[in-house]
Amino acid sequence: MKPVIQIEELRKQYVIGDQEIYALRGVSLSIEVGDFVAIMGPSGSGKSSMMNVIGCLDKPTSGEFFLDGYPVSQAHDDELAVIRNQKIGFVFQNFNLLPRTTAVENVELPLLYGGTPARERREKAIRALTSVGLAERLNNKPNELSGGQQQRVSIARALVNDPVILLADEPTGALDTKTSEEIMGIFQKLNDAGKTVILVTHEPDIAEYAKRIVRFRDGQIIADEVVEDRRRVSMEGRADELS
Amino acid sequence: MSFLECVRISFRSIRANGLRSVLTMLGIIIGVAAVIAMVAIGEGTSTSVASQINGLGSNLLIVTPGQATQGRVSLGAGSLNTLTMADAEALMQKESISGVAPSVNTRGQIVWGSNNYSSMLEGTSADFPQVRNVEVGQGRFFSNFEVKMQYNVAVVGTEVVSNLFKGANPVGQTVQINRIPFTIIGVLQSQGSSGMTNNDDRIIIPITTAMNRLTGGKNVGSIYVSAASPDLMEKAQQDIQQALRANHKLRPQAADDFRITSQSDILSTAQSVSSSMTALLSGIAAISLIVGGIGVMNIMLVSVTERTREIGIRKAIGAKRGDILRQFLIEAVTLSLIGGVIGIALGVGAAFLVSKFSQMATSISLSPIMYAFLTSTLVGVIFGVYPARKAAQLKPIDALRYE
Repeated sequence: MKPVIQIEELRKQYVIGDQEIYALRGVSLSIEVGDFVAIMGPSGSGKSSMMNVIGCLDKPTSGEFFLDGYPVSQAHDDELAVIRNQKIGFVFQNFNLLPRTTAVENVELPLLYGGTPARERREKAIRALTSVGLAERLNNKPNELSGGQQQRVSIARALVNDPVILLADEPTGALDTKTSEEIMGIFQKLNDAGKTVILVTHEPDIAEYAKRIVRFRDGQIIADEVVEDRRRVSMEGRADELS
Repeated sequence: MSFLECVRISFRSIRANGLRSVLTMLGIIIGVAAVIAMVAIGEGTSTSVASQINGLGSNLLIVTPGQATQGRVSLGAGSLNTLTMADAEALMQKESISGVAPSVNTRGQIVWGSNNYSSMLEGTSADFPQVRNVEVGQGRFFSNFEVKMQYNVAVVGTEVVSNLFKGANPVGQTVQINRIPFTIIGVLQSQGSSGMTNNDDRIIIPITTAMNRLTGGKNVGSIYVSAASPDLMEKAQQDIQQALRANHKLRPQAADDFRITSQSDILSTAQSVSSSMTALLSGIAAISLIVGGIGVMNIMLVSVTERTREIGIRKAIGAKRGDILRQFLIEAVTLSLIGGVIGIALGVGAAFLVSKFSQMATSISLSPIMYAFLTSTLVGVIFGVYPARKAAQLKPIDALRYE
């Protein structure tokens, strides 16, 4: 299988004040289509920098990065915007929904920047929200939704453009255990349906929902292992919500 | 993202910060309203001044004495008393001239019974009503015969009537002007005031009577001349010059010792005064518009900072620089355009109220409205570009991390 993410010798360094910080020191990583990878590591390990590069939010200092075969490391800012729009679905720890904007409008946003016509946009957004079990909450604003519901809206937003990867940055960090489990269930279901999921987390419990764990420390990968005893969320009774 | 979407987004964010948006717009509203109202008042004034000057007389030429010079220093208009009754009589012979009204002015005390009143006293000829475009409302004006025979007759303005006669019919009454008895034979129709002079507050008597019994001089203050037709204005002006030079026995190389002013000269002077007035007023108003624009920029900068996270989210899910730039620019323009429209409405309303509740005339034309509309759009663009660029240049990771 052809890798959806192909990273070679990636380096990233920042200058803060007069101090140079090496966030990534030669990272190579390959992720196949349909994989479910958890990126773990303590803070300062470089996992956030890795996530920013994979998410095309930041450019590496050196090294190669191919996303879906496309060489991202040389891309221009506006090209990166298009790549983020078309190929990546983001799910953030603090949801990052637009305030004072309804769920369906939030989900429509990527389509808006992608240039989808209004009617099709609305249809797709409703379909995405229905798939995460929020068909009844289309016109609620974020402050009218619970944390779990907000995260599901942001998953719907991530999915609406049918991206090649789902990139989740601590998606359960602001949620309680039960809700976290629900959210991880959604990710597993999506992964089962063939979507590539990359999860950044520092919680071992959450990482065990993935198929593979990549551990970072001091800007390098120190371990890359298959999860032996994978946790599964039982999806009985809610199969109708996910399609 | 389409233009319409941008407008929708900007409307939503303007509504979301209602009070702040209104306060921001207030600068633009006041600026635009001020421009519209000022221009309306300025144009109204210049129209009414023009109509007043046209009301001075028909095809009017005014001959005034020239300026004396002493060692090449001008002593100012009126420093020579070169005009005489003979000059006025000479002008009457010209075919291009239909009426001549020489004029002497003084103040006079007019007494009727136990009432007395002080007013402008003007001695003139029987041509006065025609030349000066004045009509007699009640009674009649004095005749050439009465002028020639130095009759003690007087025609008064309405202001004099109301102050002196207090409701009684003045025609036929005998009054004393500077202790000389006069008979009132007519009342002038009310003309209103032009600038500082109240045209209803005057007493008109035959110029011969005035010169011989009141002012005592030999010279007339000025001569009002009416050309026979508008086409003959030029000709009349030449005739006057020729006649007066002959009368004054001026040598060919000598300068005129009088000055001829035409109605159109006065008109253009007054118009240039009122148009520079308008320019001044609208200049001041334009400054407030600029201040309003700075207000828009200020709020947009605050808005960009406040919505850094929103910008980050939008960028993360695929907004390009151009999308963000357009969004904030359209927001600034929408803000100032709404302000502009409200300002136009307020300005037109203010101009209407001014003309309704005060003496000032106002005239609202389309051009200042278009100008205000255009300017407020421009203000939005100019003062919106910087904040919008600032927003567009934010890096998505920095913007997302912003708390």
